[in-house]
Amino acid sequence: MNLLEVRDLKTQFFTADGIVRAVDGISFDLAAGETLGVVGESGCGKSVTALSILRLIAPETGRIVAGSIRFDGHDLTTLSNEEMRTLRGHKIAMIFQEPMTSLNPVLTIGTQIAESVVRHMGLTWHAARERAREMLELVRIAEPRRRLEEYPHQLSGGMRQRVMIAIALCCNPQVLIADEPTTALDVTIQAQILDLMLELKERLGTAIILITHDLGVVAETCERVIVMYAGRMVEEAPAASLFARPRHPYTRGLLRALPRVDAEGETGSGRPRLEEIPGLVPALTRPIAGCAFGPRCGFAVERCHTQPPVLSETAPAHRVACWEAGRVAEAAA
Amino acid sequence: MRAPASLEVEGLVKHFPARGGLLARRRAPVKAVDGVSFAIARGETLGLVGESGCGKTTVSRMVLKLIEPTAGRIRLAGTDVTHLSPTAMWEHRRRVQIVFQDPYSALNPRLTAGTIVGEPLENFRLATGREKEARVAELFARVGLRPESMRRYAHEFSGGQRQRLGIAKALSVNPDVIVADEPVSALDVSVRAQVLNLMIALQDELKLTYLFVSHDLAVVRHVSHRIAVMYLGRIVELADKHTLFATPLHPYTEALLAAAPVPDPARRRIKRAILQGDVPSPVNPPSGCHFHTRCPYVEPACRVTVPPLIEVAPGHQVACLKRAVGGGAEPLGRLS
Repeated sequence: MNLLEVRDLKTQFFTADGIVRAVDGISFDLAAGETLGVVGESGCGKSVTALSILRLIAPETGRIVAGSIRFDGHDLTTLSNEEMRTLRGHKIAMIFQEPMTSLNPVLTIGTQIAESVVRHMGLTWHAARERAREMLELVRIAEPRRRLEEYPHQLSGGMRQRVMIAIALCCNPQVLIADEPTTALDVTIQAQILDLMLELKERLGTAIILITHDLGVVAETCERVIVMYAGRMVEEAPAASLFARPRHPYTRGLLRALPRVDAEGETGSGRPRLEEIPGLVPALTRPIAGCAFGPRCGFAVERCHTQPPVLSETAPAHRVACWEAGRVAEAAA
Repeated sequence: MRAPASLEVEGLVKHFPARGGLLARRRAPVKAVDGVSFAIARGETLGLVGESGCGKTTVSRMVLKLIEPTAGRIRLAGTDVTHLSPTAMWEHRRRVQIVFQDPYSALNPRLTAGTIVGEPLENFRLATGREKEARVAELFARVGLRPESMRRYAHEFSGGQRQRLGIAKALSVNPDVIVADEPVSALDVSVRAQVLNLMIALQDELKLTYLFVSHDLAVVRHVSHRIAVMYLGRIVELADKHTLFATPLHPYTEALLAAAPVPDPARRRIKRAILQGDVPSPVNPPSGCHFHTRCPYVEPACRVTVPPLIEVAPGHQVACLKRAVGGGAEPLGRLS
């Protein structure tokens, strides 16, 4: 059963340079208990998608202009601010990239976790602090009782992200949106945090939307993946299928441009040339006639520059928005 | 006799004085770099890899002579440059150039791209007037920027193009050594490939020596010939890249490689994190082997004795007591 259904979502920002089409008509589902990766480069709209679901787009700069977000019998785009506040941090929780800027520097860790429990679950402060201690234990912070009394600056980066996870999960959310949760962390700490997120997902049954630019992180944690480019979805597939047989030229290009720790058959000190994706991401202020990737694509034909390709299923659960997907698949084989 | 290494550092140490608390009392120094030695041949890339606070950036700053080492020596093509007269420093500034991490803050927003790239030529009195302009145009072409873009300002360039400008600027004075500190970390994947390809092509053509500092194992593996792994101010392992990735001998290297995400779900591991806990503070690093507090193979001796960096196989150095005492080059094996 789908927990979350996003349909034709469009979010735009109104700037001095014109209208920025940050998210330009995307549709996807999230099943209960699933881990969905949303991957793409800077400016592809992956974070704006997350902020749109949580209705955190600042009204003075931008808004959701079209589409629907169905969750728990409601369309989130039509809920009042007050209704969203009861949902946010409760049924749908979020963790961000930089835990230091998301935590309040003048409140203790205990207060920050308990605050959410008091607000959403109606517990007393006393009971909420007990819940906070349990949560710190759950995210495996040593000496939880002492840590409850500490402030964010007294913790390391990895521990702060554990606290963020504790805050996000303290009200048993159905969906956890994690926007680049490990990007600011060192690789050994990143591994710890990813392990922890997946373990807690198994235990609590929370569905996760993991937003990242890192294809390695996606491959290691997600069941299903959405690839975004210039505000649009270009490919959606089970992780195994996407990495084994990418069908969109952009996805294929990204994977081939990636230096790999597991580079195979590479001996000695050779340095094979990486494949480049020529050109630049298009400006989102101008309407894009055909495929947004067309001008940079080696497979592009006439039609790609005039007609936007539609997402269509080319293999089980594998959808791709490319007129030439057949040729891309052949080239990969 | 072999030609001297293009860049060589020996027993490099840097302690930063720390002050804090009431009345700014003197406290124990931060031991950012604690005895680092390596040599890089002309035309070679040494990758310096490690997590935050391991001292990799401090090493690169000492090589650039932006900060003075507390102890140790730095040699450039066999000449000691640890302490330099102002005149000699001038020449050092030309011979060792830097490419920065953030191409956004590294370029003066009020100058045109042509002026930025041409400035070092004037500063070092290498070219002026028409000659300078011709050289700048040549540099633009060399790094893949259109000559018309010389009249544009930094904000008009994308991140990748700015990094090309940074590289052109570094190349303008014909340096021997380029220190690149996380040069592609701020760039997206597709652009990162362009910049890495450019850096490798330039190196091969101009016989440049690179000290390539990065936290990203995949990037370091791609560009380097040899790799040094740092942990809390010390090199724990140094080997050619193939050997390091195929047979890591230090437990920290092994854990670092295991933690790096691989873009292939078929190789997904059940558990990624081998190391528990955080990196200890460099203000008060652990005794003996700095890694002993997190090492899965720790033995009592590791808490007391500082393991020397020894060559266990040709060109493969490792600082681990288990290797020193007849451990040889067999894998430790419990991990991986």
